Amino acid sequence: MSIQITGLSKSFDANPVLRDVNLEIPEGELVALLGPSGCGKTTLLRILAGLESPDAGEVRHAGEDVGARSARERNVGLVFQHYALFRHMTVAENVGFALRVRKRPRAEVTARVDELLALVQLDGLRERYPHQLSGGQRQRVALARALATAPRILLLDEPFGALDARVRQELRRWLRRLHDELHVTSVFVTHDQEEAFEVSDRVVLMNAGRVEQVGTPAQVFEEPASPFVMRFLGAVNVFQGRVDGNRTWVNDLEFAAPGTSGGAGAVRKSAHVYVRPHELEVHRAAVPGSFEARVVRLVPLGAAVRVELSAPGFGKAVEVELDVRKGEALGLQPGEAVHLSPRRARVFAAPDGEADSLTASAL
Amino acid sequence: MSARTATEDPAWVRWALVGLALAFVAALVLVPAAAVLWEAVRGGAELWWRAVADPDARAAIRLTLLVAAVAVPLNTAFGVAAAWSLTRFRFRGKSLLVSLVDLPFGVSPVISGMVTVLLFGAQGWLGPWLDAHGLKVVFAVPGIVLATVFVTFPFVARELIPFMESQGVEEEEAALVLGASGWQILTRVTLPNVKWSLLYGVILCNARAMGEFGAVSVVSGHVRGVTNTIPLHVEVLYNEYAFRASFAVASLLFLVALVTLVAKKALEWKQRSARATARRSHA
Repeated sequence: MSIQITGLSKSFDANPVLRDVNLEIPEGELVALLGPSGCGKTTLLRILAGLESPDAGEVRHAGEDVGARSARERNVGLVFQHYALFRHMTVAENVGFALRVRKRPRAEVTARVDELLALVQLDGLRERYPHQLSGGQRQRVALARALATAPRILLLDEPFGALDARVRQELRRWLRRLHDELHVTSVFVTHDQEEAFEVSDRVVLMNAGRVEQVGTPAQVFEEPASPFVMRFLGAVNVFQGRVDGNRTWVNDLEFAAPGTSGGAGAVRKSAHVYVRPHELEVHRAAVPGSFEARVVRLVPLGAAVRVELSAPGFGKAVEVELDVRKGEALGLQPGEAVHLSPRRARVFAAPDGEADSLTASAL
Repeated sequence: MSARTATEDPAWVRWALVGLALAFVAALVLVPAAAVLWEAVRGGAELWWRAVADPDARAAIRLTLLVAAVAVPLNTAFGVAAAWSLTRFRFRGKSLLVSLVDLPFGVSPVISGMVTVLLFGAQGWLGPWLDAHGLKVVFAVPGIVLATVFVTFPFVARELIPFMESQGVEEEEAALVLGASGWQILTRVTLPNVKWSLLYGVILCNARAMGEFGAVSVVSGHVRGVTNTIPLHVEVLYNEYAFRASFAVASLLFLVALVTLVAKKALEWKQRSARATARRSHA
């Protein structure tokens, strides 16, 4: 079932948590709500589930306004961050709960529970209690329970947040496969970029109660719509630039003028130039459009190597990421002078009132 | 024993403190309790039985059971409702309400009894109205029940509030999203989760309802065989120098205390394991 969200706003005790959120989730997609903690993503999910009511705006399921329907009547599957399994019920009783409160015949409940436990590969654990299960098993019980009534929308709140790294990896892939089998419209909340990119069809980036960008993982990474998205999705070098006509200058390096996305088309004097560490080229000798930097430290990262440099021309630190073979070929040593040229840069107008205090090179 | 650690006091300090505590308990609890029992049975089983089976004593026992039978279920329902609203909703004046729940613990039971008289007595605010409708509250069973309900109100709520707070609302929210009605959530999720705490509160509430003296004494009027509960009957017998009979009836209350103590211990143990389970399932 598709979901349309229009003009959604919500405040808690006069603190705005969601500000005019508009979003369209097509039928059958797996969408990640991605953002830092406090950005409103969990509140948005709870509004979709009917556990919170918005101050303004509308939620439609397949075109039908569900604002008047309580959580009980929405028939939405919800998986809580800490699973919220009924602690005094067995696995089978947990999974069958939604059917039992609907007074379905016992045989039907048993058959459906069997089917769901097979789906989440927990057939052997019917009679266990939640406290006898591992985190990953609890997670799958919670999912089976949420799917019991075959909801047309599945919501997941930080579904892998409470698990250790290895189990998380497995469950991510498993959830993706499950979604490909069931094709139920799914929305999950996460603050982990890697998780969002690995599991979802589309990513909704949220910040301070607003939707910053919606797109496929490749889109939001390659074409970030705002400085926030640029900074949130991985490390980035930020340079202070001067705008002159339709060019932006950082010392004597030339870049395009900022797009209108940073500010409403107004002519601005300063801009920020963002360059990702893997988009900086390292040269032994000066080339056109390069600047000088000194190697400070080399950090091996497995398949890549991170080079930390200082760029005296900009009075700041710069980060470069090279793949290991390239790094070996260059044979860099701390203290050496090299030349860097950006292969690709994104330019955003500097926010109002921002001085040159912005020196952090990476987030 | 292992070697002494930094946080451990020397043996003589430990033994002195333990000994002091034991001596205190012995002087204040064990000796008086033994004295009550000894006095109760000293005259032999027949005397004991005669005192307990006396018509006035039997009336007092019946009244005490009646009062408990009304006050305990009422306060169980109040307690669950209060704990539910205080832990599940956000509203203005919540902390004030939490303090008000504790009020009966804070005031002397005598005052609770006086308030009942003030409200429902012949000279009280509601007195004339009650009189006009032929209802008698003070110096009658309804007054005793009311005073007892007031005094024992906090027990169940006090027991449930911290426990329900620690459990959070997620399971109830999950039940709601899964399509359960309010009643289904209460009976299938909330109550099963708090059952040991609830039972613990009920047992304490019951012990107090049966043993309450001060508030009941003010409103009862001490009519023998009519408005005397067990504690009041014990006092009446004592004041009439019927020591043996007084102790015999008192031993009944002592039995209630014993049963309460054992049940309380058993439930504490149950609760601890339930809490440990809850912790493990949230780890």
